[in-house]
Amino acid sequence: MQWEIVIGLEVHTQLSTRSKIFSGAPTAFGAAPNSQACAVDIALPGVLPVLNRGAVERAIKFGLAVGAKINSPSIFARKNYFYPDLPKGYQISQYELPVVAGGSVKIQIGGDGNECEKTIRLTRAHLEEDAGKSLHEDFQGMTGIDLNRAGTPLLEIVSEPDMRSSAEAVAFAKTLHSLVRWIDICDGNMQEGSFRCDANVSVRPLGSDKLGTRCEIKNLNSFRFLEKAIDYEAKRQIEILEDGGTIRQETRLYDSDKDETRTMRSKEDAQDYRYFPDPDLLPLEISADWIEEIRASTPELPMSRRYRFMARDAASYVAMLQEHLDIDFEADLHDWVQQTHREIIAPDTQKTYALSAYDAAMLTADKNTADYFEKVINDVGSANTKLCANWMTGEVSGRLHKEALDIAQCPVSPAQLAGLLLCISDGTVSGKTAKDVFDAMWRGECDGNADIIIETKGLKQISDAGEIEQLIDGILAANPQQVADYRNGKEKAFNSLVGQAMKATKGKANPAQVNELLKKKLGNL
Amino acid sequence: MRPHDFGIHPPLFYDLSRLANTMLNSSLKQLSALLAAKKISSVELTGEFLKRVKALNPDYNAFITVDEKMSLAQAQAADAMIASGQARPLTGIPIAQKDIFCTKGWLTTCGSKMLSNFVSPYDAGVIERFNAVGAVNIGKTNMDEFAMGSSNETSFYGPVKNPWDITAVPGGSSGGSACAVAARMAPAATGTDTGGSIRQPAALCGISGIKPTYGLVSRYGMIAFASSLDQGGPMAKSAEDLALMLNVMAGFDTRDSTSLQRASEDYARDLAKPLQGLRIGLPKEYFVEGMSADVARAVEAAIGEYRKLGAETVEVSLPNTKLSIPVYYVLAPAEASSNLSRFDGVRYGHRAPEYIDLNDMYQKSRAQGFGAEVKRRILIGTYVLSHGYYDAYYIQAQKLRRLIAQDFAAAFAQCDIIMGPTTPTTAFALGEKSGNPVQMYLSDTYTIATNLAGLPGMSIPAGFGDNNRPVGLHIIGNYFAEAQMLNVAHQYQQVTDWHMRMPDKLTA
Repeated sequence: MQWEIVIGLEVHTQLSTRSKIFSGAPTAFGAAPNSQACAVDIALPGVLPVLNRGAVERAIKFGLAVGAKINSPSIFARKNYFYPDLPKGYQISQYELPVVAGGSVKIQIGGDGNECEKTIRLTRAHLEEDAGKSLHEDFQGMTGIDLNRAGTPLLEIVSEPDMRSSAEAVAFAKTLHSLVRWIDICDGNMQEGSFRCDANVSVRPLGSDKLGTRCEIKNLNSFRFLEKAIDYEAKRQIEILEDGGTIRQETRLYDSDKDETRTMRSKEDAQDYRYFPDPDLLPLEISADWIEEIRASTPELPMSRRYRFMARDAASYVAMLQEHLDIDFEADLHDWVQQTHREIIAPDTQKTYALSAYDAAMLTADKNTADYFEKVINDVGSANTKLCANWMTGEVSGRLHKEALDIAQCPVSPAQLAGLLLCISDGTVSGKTAKDVFDAMWRGECDGNADIIIETKGLKQISDAGEIEQLIDGILAANPQQVADYRNGKEKAFNSLVGQAMKATKGKANPAQVNELLKKKLGNL
Repeated sequence: MRPHDFGIHPPLFYDLSRLANTMLNSSLKQLSALLAAKKISSVELTGEFLKRVKALNPDYNAFITVDEKMSLAQAQAADAMIASGQARPLTGIPIAQKDIFCTKGWLTTCGSKMLSNFVSPYDAGVIERFNAVGAVNIGKTNMDEFAMGSSNETSFYGPVKNPWDITAVPGGSSGGSACAVAARMAPAATGTDTGGSIRQPAALCGISGIKPTYGLVSRYGMIAFASSLDQGGPMAKSAEDLALMLNVMAGFDTRDSTSLQRASEDYARDLAKPLQGLRIGLPKEYFVEGMSADVARAVEAAIGEYRKLGAETVEVSLPNTKLSIPVYYVLAPAEASSNLSRFDGVRYGHRAPEYIDLNDMYQKSRAQGFGAEVKRRILIGTYVLSHGYYDAYYIQAQKLRRLIAQDFAAAFAQCDIIMGPTTPTTAFALGEKSGNPVQMYLSDTYTIATNLAGLPGMSIPAGFGDNNRPVGLHIIGNYFAEAQMLNVAHQYQQVTDWHMRMPDKLTA
């Protein structure tokens, strides 16, 4: 039988507020245990929560970015359970009326020419506080409790069961990861737990429209683990069903060392959390004005920026937005995407680049990369768009990847890269030499100034026709054997002659000119 | 320091005369005048009250903690404030603080074994406000455990006795505060009121007490019982004293999200207003059944006084008030079951000395740390919030709560203020109801509805019942009508002297 895998994700994103969601204690990662937990965080008798406005603002920003409904009022509820790292004995979360309801995210799936888009619907996104950490090692049979993380603001984003493979789940998680960083509500640091996923996995016979029994895999903190855990889990479920068994609804843990999932607790052991509205927090009213304020301060979103990078002109950009984002500009004048991009879709805009889908996707993978790209274009002019895209997706991205750096940490600034690209486009250096110049810039030589590096290292390309002719004459004279071979139809001999010319000039001779002149001379001889 | 720590029994003939003669019945205003005129220092005043506490507390058990050193240090600081001309209302005046308010450096037990080792590292909002004006904390008063009780018998520290009759309960949960004021161990005290915990003990001990509109007094640092109902308020001898206390206690606190942001007001501003034309609403449901004859007589006499003062009475109806107790005993335990989860033995408070694993530690710590009434309410609350019962109990109770509030809104369209008895009977005997929770719950039958509606309510002394125990007159105002309620009470206290009475045996 053919099986279909059905996946829904719950993604916990840690919001980038400086202080906690219900107290004034700092949220910085890595401080000494319990040094960042105040009276409210450790739940002393009598303390009360006060909601952090910044956390709500970030939740609203997310809601707007995924086209969701912002609920007002929205209600905070207590989720009651006992655990030593949960100081109050309940977690303040949201149950009915979360701050963000609905919305959707588009993911890119397929590859090798079969790329297509898929819409993943969101159920909701709600605000809640994180718990502390229980540390089971280093305490000789006892457990240590670190409450620094207690009260850290989280936005839990819950998807509909719209994904059909681990690859889709990873694409969705990556798209969300990119989005939350793009709109600057979460630092996305997965090692520090700022972005972690729970996956709900079930399988069903292909063609069935009934959902199978699901298992929830908790706390997947890397895309690779997400993929492997889902693959393992789907396989496990299929094997059980094919052996005539049934799936038990349960919560499972993924063990990355053994690459397997195992039971954490079954549905029968599931706790009754006794949710009820937190009487310490009044219903959260969100004014339309506030939403508009946040709308206005939200940057252009990755999806529309990608279309803009691909578009030939303003008209084709608008057409793409209409087609892919289902925006009817005529009907919905207040739509947020249109508002944010009013400037860009104005007819006189020049900020479209006609990039390939691949380049556009690469260059909008995160906001800093897209910003970097547009800064360079601003300096080098739109005529050099392709050159710039090639360099960014090639040399720059490769080097960053190799050194495990983020574009924000790139030692070569957009202005510096622009300087180098201009030297390439006007023929001052060849593309090949430019890579050496780039290396020097990366090392910070000559303050990263391409012109000065080329000058001081004497890397300037020789494009003077007279000089090159003189050089070729010398080489031809010194290599009668190769000349003869070429005449006898040995094409290789030609390459050897070019090589010698390049070698003699330490690669500085303009290769196109060398080629052209050499052919001419050999033909005339 | 625990009561038994300083409880060397006092000399049999302790001389109460000095304080008794000059200050036992002095109002806060009079005490302030004495301090301002330097007729007495705060250190002397505090010292005198401390002596009286030392003498009387072993019999009455009104205080859980007394710390002479800390109190006298505060008194000294108050004297410095007065000397430098920075005196404010209540500077240098000893105030007894209910042991539900977290007080920095003081044992703060909430009447529970669970917190019998908890010295608070911070001050509640209310305590901060008293500290800011230079009031002196004379001690932490006894209370029903976690404010759950109507007789003070659920306290881990033992019951408080009624100063009018040592065999009677003082009421609860603010029984220690009521007793302290009634026995003149403190000029005034703080209390908290979730279902009547200020008003019922005030009535049973013959003093005045007001539970303000929900949100007026900060709940920050006030150990939560039922968050949507809890409200702090003052307990004192007279309405005038309550006004001065409320001026200090009320005010917005950013640390309490349910605190109301409104302009500060002088609650004493209307005390002198005549009551001509005041419309007093008398809920017909209050005067039909349950109320004992002696209480009825006293309340009717009080209303007669009001008529003499120019007020008129109108019959109003609160048809859903009869549902108050069942609604309350769903909602309050629901919130309490969650609020008390933090007492788990992990970070502070009582932890079982021996246990085998985490669950065992939780179970033993909580089983040992909480008393029977607290456990009963945690169980009820856990039950009504459970899956499958939530809609039938919690949601239903919330709906009824709204109806109860609407009754009051309709009544206040017909009258300015509502009056009735605070309690159905005068103080009952110690042990009389402690074995029957439902009987105990019924003693709050008249007070609970105002908490459910968030309305302010107060109790003032209105005479004595057949057994010579005090009767309280219950005054319910509209939202934020505290100044008016205090006016109404004050005018009555100008023409009666019930509030000045004190037990004969406690006078010099």
